[in-house]
Amino acid sequence: MAQSLVLVQDLHKDYQTAAGAITVLKQVNFSMDAGDFVAIMGPSGSGKSTFMNILGCLDKPTSGHYALNGHPIAELDGNALAKIRNQTIGFVFQGFNLLSRASLLDNVALPLVYSGVSKSERQERAKVLLEKVGLGKYINSLPNQISGGQQQRVAIARALVNRPQLILADEPTGNLDSVTSEEIMALFSALNAEGISIILVTHESDIAEHASRQVRFLDGRIVQDTRSRTMENVTEAGVLN
Amino acid sequence: MFSAMLGEAWQAMGANRLRTFLTMLGMVIGVGSVVLMMAVGQGAEESVKQSINAMGSNLFIVLSGSSTSGGARSGSGNASTLTVNDANAIGELDGVGNVAPISMGNAQVVFGGNNWSTSIMGTTATYLDIRAWDLDDGYVFSDSDMRSATRVALIGKTVVENIFGDINPIGKTIRIKQNPFVVLGVLKDKGQSLDGRDQDDTIIIPLTTAQRKILGNQFAGSVRQIMVQAVSPEAMTMVEQNINGLLKQRHNIREGADNDFNVRNLTAVANSAAETTRTMSLLLGAIASVSLLVGGIGIMNIMLVSVTERTREIGIRMAIGAREGDILLQFLLEAIVISVIGCLIGLFIGITGAMLVNKLTQAAVVISGYSVMIAFAVAASVGIFFGFYPARKAARMNPIEALRYQ
Ligand SMILES: Nc1ncnc2c1ncn2[C@@H]1O[C@H](COP(=O)(O)OP(=O)(O)O)[C@@H](O)[C@H]1O
Ligand SMILES: [Mg+2]
Repeated sequence: MAQSLVLVQDLHKDYQTAAGAITVLKQVNFSMDAGDFVAIMGPSGSGKSTFMNILGCLDKPTSGHYALNGHPIAELDGNALAKIRNQTIGFVFQGFNLLSRASLLDNVALPLVYSGVSKSERQERAKVLLEKVGLGKYINSLPNQISGGQQQRVAIARALVNRPQLILADEPTGNLDSVTSEEIMALFSALNAEGISIILVTHESDIAEHASRQVRFLDGRIVQDTRSRTMENVTEAGVLN
Repeated sequence: MFSAMLGEAWQAMGANRLRTFLTMLGMVIGVGSVVLMMAVGQGAEESVKQSINAMGSNLFIVLSGSSTSGGARSGSGNASTLTVNDANAIGELDGVGNVAPISMGNAQVVFGGNNWSTSIMGTTATYLDIRAWDLDDGYVFSDSDMRSATRVALIGKTVVENIFGDINPIGKTIRIKQNPFVVLGVLKDKGQSLDGRDQDDTIIIPLTTAQRKILGNQFAGSVRQIMVQAVSPEAMTMVEQNINGLLKQRHNIREGADNDFNVRNLTAVANSAAETTRTMSLLLGAIASVSLLVGGIGIMNIMLVSVTERTREIGIRMAIGAREGDILLQFLLEAIVISVIGCLIGLFIGITGAMLVNKLTQAAVVISGYSVMIAFAVAASVGIFFGFYPARKAARMNPIEALRYQ
């Protein structure tokens, strides 16, 4: 059997709060093959972001097993985790999270600074990606000079610049109108078609329809996991819950 | 990667120019005052050192008169209780090199239409050897001048300026207390003595001439002072004891009675003057260093604010692959760049200030490469030291919490 890109077994996550410990993820089991496109849905506070942060090696589970490409993450030190965030995973946030003082080109090139790529190659690769997301004309602009949809394209270009295997997108269309959202989703679909694996959190079922698999969280548990080959099936699954 | 980070540090500093400038100002003032204070302090040390070198080495001066100041006794050097024979006897002591008896007083000197009141020193040619005092021009009076008390004179630079102006004094005749003297030589510039006297404002004539013709109201052979040079620094203690013993015996001073002479170790006096200026110079440096410390604390303060303000940025950087070390280096570089630039400006201001002090007060200043290097090294270490804590705080942030920070 081929090894999963992502394998999560019996994952728990507790947070210590003033009111005591709260359990945000309970007994989560999840696996994903390379090339898949997964949409994660569920109500606010159900633990989606927490799950994504753990997958993205930004946070650590309280207990349970997480392996990326078959390598257990728990064994890795800070620098190795940083390397995974830098080279294996690309993160896209709801709030874009661009550096406001840096040009679009510098924003996109920033991950390459941390992997020791030379300046000329950094700029070349960042430029190619900005062109790919349709922003070739704005490379020297600042983030506050372009629209939200364009900023999210820049963030996607940044996530792609180190040629990651996996894109993690936490409500990437949450701040965008429906037309712009569709454009962003088309971009994700195209990337998936190129072979990049994607996990994407969304509230909206029509956004989730772009994925080949829908996973639903409720109160820190996965309550539904639907794989569909056709659009009709996806729609059906979407209305199930 | 390093150059990329330097560029980012530069950018971050440019993002809040006023604040960067104010932070730097602490550093500028700190370094500036350290450089200035060290320049002034070392300048003072240097001029004391020069005075000491000009004075001659391993010196004693034996003054006539009592060292106690009470009663109706005349002060040291006023009564002429010492004699040329005392000087000769001292010259026979172990450990003594050169000895020069000195008689002195003030007199009016006239040349052409100019006149000038100066100090007249009657002594032997040995005096010039002891003081390591050369001539600029002409020659020193001879033994036969001494024996026959000829009226010849060596004159100091200040006297030359005041009565000769541009005229070459050699061979000219001047009048001291109406007596004609031929100028044999011009003394080299000696500068100020440790007590601030102008040593070039003097005329040196043979001791015999002085006693008989100028300061001649004392009984023959008496002198005011005897200058004694020991052969080595080690011999000084012994020589001092021996002079005291010898003169007590020669002057028939009973056990417990006051001496009618007074032996002073000039080298010890000079050394303590040097010690005093050294202490002052160190103190100045120490006070200035405090402002450097305050500047460093200012950097730390601003870096802490900056780290807090940029928490979200730190989170973003971590999310896209920055290691702890990368974040640490980034903020450390920022602190170092601020302190090094501040240091450069401070160096400039400190050096300019020192030159200004030199211009305005004539005080000697010394700007040594050594003090500049110290200031630079200290500034860089201040940057590293005070930048490290904020940078580590940034590097140790939890990426999730940093990303969530608003
Ligand atoms: N750092 C934290 N400390 C305490 N509670 C937290 C923290 N982060 C998230 N939570 C809680 O965990 C739960 C799940 O949050 P999250 O994963 O963000 O949900 P979702 O993304 O599905 O809306 C929420 O109840 C939230 O309040
Ligand atoms: Mg969320």
